[in-house]
Amino acid sequence: MNLTLKIWRQPSPQSKGSMETYPIAGVTEHMSFLEMLDVLNEQLIKSGQVPVEFDYDCREGICGTCGLVINGVAHGPKKLTATCQLHMREFKDGDTITIEPWRADAFPVIKDLVVDRSAFDRIVSKGGYISINTGNARDANELPIGKEDADQSFDAATCIGCGACVASCPNASASLFTSAKISQYTYLPQGNPERERRVLKMVQQMDEEGFGNCSNHGECEAACPKGISIKNIAIMRREYVKAALKSGTLLV
Amino acid sequence: MSEIKIGDAIQGHIPDGEIAKKWDNYKANIGVVNPANKRKYTVLVIGTGLAGASAASSLAELGYNVKAFCIQDSPRRAHSIAAQGGINAAKNYQNDGDSTWRLFYDTVKGGDYRSREANVHRLAQVSVNIIDQCVAQGVPFARDYGGLLANRSFGGALVSRTFYARGQTGQQLLLGAYGAMMRQAELGKVSIFTHREMLDVIVVDGHAKGVTIRNLKTGEIESYAGDAVLLCSGGYGNVYFLSTNAMNSNATAAWRCHKKGAYFANPCFTQIHPTCIPVSGEYQSKLTLMSESLRNDGRVWVPKTKETAEKLRKGEIRPRDIAEADRDYYLERRYPTFGNLVPRDVASRNAKYVCDEGRGVNESGLAVFLDFADAINRLGRDAVEDRYGNLFEMYERITGENPYETPMQIFPAVHYTMGGLWVDYDLQTTIPGLFALGEANFSDHGANRLGASALMQGLADGYFVVPYTLGDYLAKQKPVNASDTSHPAFKTSVDEIKAQMEKLMAVNGDKTVLEFHRELGLKMWDYVGMSRTAEGLQKALAEIPKLREEFWNNVRIPGEGDGWNKNLEMAMRVADFLELGELMALDAFNRNESCGGHFREEYQTPEGEAQRNDDEYSYVAAWEYSGNPSEPVLHKEALQFDNVKLTQRSYK
Repeated sequence: MNLTLKIWRQPSPQSKGSMETYPIAGVTEHMSFLEMLDVLNEQLIKSGQVPVEFDYDCREGICGTCGLVINGVAHGPKKLTATCQLHMREFKDGDTITIEPWRADAFPVIKDLVVDRSAFDRIVSKGGYISINTGNARDANELPIGKEDADQSFDAATCIGCGACVASCPNASASLFTSAKISQYTYLPQGNPERERRVLKMVQQMDEEGFGNCSNHGECEAACPKGISIKNIAIMRREYVKAALKSGTLLV
Repeated sequence: MSEIKIGDAIQGHIPDGEIAKKWDNYKANIGVVNPANKRKYTVLVIGTGLAGASAASSLAELGYNVKAFCIQDSPRRAHSIAAQGGINAAKNYQNDGDSTWRLFYDTVKGGDYRSREANVHRLAQVSVNIIDQCVAQGVPFARDYGGLLANRSFGGALVSRTFYARGQTGQQLLLGAYGAMMRQAELGKVSIFTHREMLDVIVVDGHAKGVTIRNLKTGEIESYAGDAVLLCSGGYGNVYFLSTNAMNSNATAAWRCHKKGAYFANPCFTQIHPTCIPVSGEYQSKLTLMSESLRNDGRVWVPKTKETAEKLRKGEIRPRDIAEADRDYYLERRYPTFGNLVPRDVASRNAKYVCDEGRGVNESGLAVFLDFADAINRLGRDAVEDRYGNLFEMYERITGENPYETPMQIFPAVHYTMGGLWVDYDLQTTIPGLFALGEANFSDHGANRLGASALMQGLADGYFVVPYTLGDYLAKQKPVNASDTSHPAFKTSVDEIKAQMEKLMAVNGDKTVLEFHRELGLKMWDYVGMSRTAEGLQKALAEIPKLREEFWNNVRIPGEGDGWNKNLEMAMRVADFLELGELMALDAFNRNESCGGHFREEYQTPEGEAQRNDDEYSYVAAWEYSGNPSEPVLHKEALQFDNVKLTQRSYK
């Protein structure tokens, strides 16, 4: 099929970007979306132009590196699918496709479609873990955990940290990402000793990074390639209010 | 081809004593750094996958200063994240007779007797601690209704010892290790450097004392000093271009260490996984694995005749049109005892044979069927969906075909590399102070890795081995000033790297980096792939250096050397693959036997199985760089089997 691509080009973090148009021919339905961009880039290099920079790594939907806003939708038209697993059979001959980076103040553009998501690492560093040193653990089966709790914890833990939730949110909120981590440990007894400290510190960091507030649009859940539920945000809020009341830091 | 130069034999520094007591004896007798002195040492950790993140967090907890580097935009994205199936541990929670000994034995046998007994036994011993550690970290492993941990079975074992978190075990384990490392980052003990690629190791007075790094975001070349370097940069499967590895997985950090004096061991030992989604076209950029667990219920087949296969390929008939009598369930036919559950190397080779006979089932003729029709009839669709639903969805997302209605098409793909930097029992390379962990080293899997053992080894090395062995090394070293990179070795290295980059940028030829990589990959796959011959390997040895020369004279790298430039990044990796590929071919040529993933057609049993030659090749081939990539020196480490009896593997 023949397509017209409209792609965000931005040479550096400081420079002003713009949408550029590229025709592409010979795309087949079996190609992945990123393979289609590989083909475009090979053509650009051969004709002496600078290729489009975009981020990718595993190309099997688990590392969370890739992420493009395709026709205005984070990760494109197919539900529960990261950009790297989107295939060209979702498009048809003659289509015009717009491709943009994640857009959020907290995710500055590095080049073209590549953004800096280090804000997520800083949120995790404030409490996205259970504090236990290597070698201090007791036997794994000494602490039974009900299957349902373990499964719920797992569901929250499958977040790949791609940032589609932020990119799709009108407020650029990181609530789904942050709450998924908090929720994972809320379901587990191991998470109990630090639960208040965890939620207070992670939420504070989320705010300091410049992410917006959640106002229940639900776009994050719709865009999430792993189907992380918005109920995690409710859990985070409940945990936050409890912790803030207890510590006397609740700000209204 | 000139004769291979043979250097001195090398020793693995294996502690004395009976095998079950070696590790404890070792720990009781090593040097230890006083807690107050640990903070004077800085450890540079390259790579933040399971091995790197677990080492970084454990060492920081002990009090060392750690600098951790990764090529990704976040340490959480290292390719360990993609491991699906599970992690082995000799917990014996199932009461099915598992033990440290049995895990040790299975791993040595599964590796076709080409691994080091003492290392494997230690791995089996600490496996149980890994599960405890990960559960304490909040890794949500699968559990039974009683709240206890669930297990499943994997290839090459007769017990259920695999712990798992649905099909995302690697992700959950890595996020646990990453969290532990981020906790130390918050405490100021780990500094994290993302978008950083190691391009050189700095050797001062014979010891590793620093690294040269390229900042992939800004293009700057940076120097870091430290008291030791831990290489945790993964395997080199992408030398084949198409593999199940992540696109950015590469051999550069390890290869640059090799060129500075670290021996490279058993480079030809690569694992080809039998169940991957086949190549669909020339634009293909990577291959996706479908979990080994599918072979529990799926039946592998191709048409009995070439003619039927041709009709299939032309689309004249559909798979379901082929009568039972016209199908060849070749694994069940050839291996009645193990059937579809033969080990990975055997399953892969047999898929190649039937496709070579012209019986492949997709347009390219390079695919076989994995059919669930019988399982659906026997168990019902719901039960099959319960077991494999997420894998079927992934298959449909990629291929557009529904595996409930038509058989899956699968083909083998490069998945893991058992070879890597040579290390001794301490995980130390031949450069003192440079350690290699996880897939980057060679030590535990011999010629074939068993399923669910890669995660175990990465975490064993990082959490439970290197914190001891590194301490023993550092106890004998005076701490360096980590902010001082004034030693001339740093500047020499930076100048060399800048010169290499400028040279690459200046070529401005006609072929892209991707074209060279793809071409190398095809040669590697054809000559150093699933099935190798002396003749094919000689072709590889002749053609790879030519391709390398062409690369340096005809590659085109767009853009600028400073700032973000993916093509330049890739070009430097491909330059190294073009050297490593030749060493792999040479290693395969030198090893006149078949073992595990290394199958030489000249050496097979009358039934077509791998024929080892224990008298002549029961050794680790550790290659030393000589200054010319075509003329490395071979050092042999004799493998001694005091505990496991060497036998011919049979799966009939």
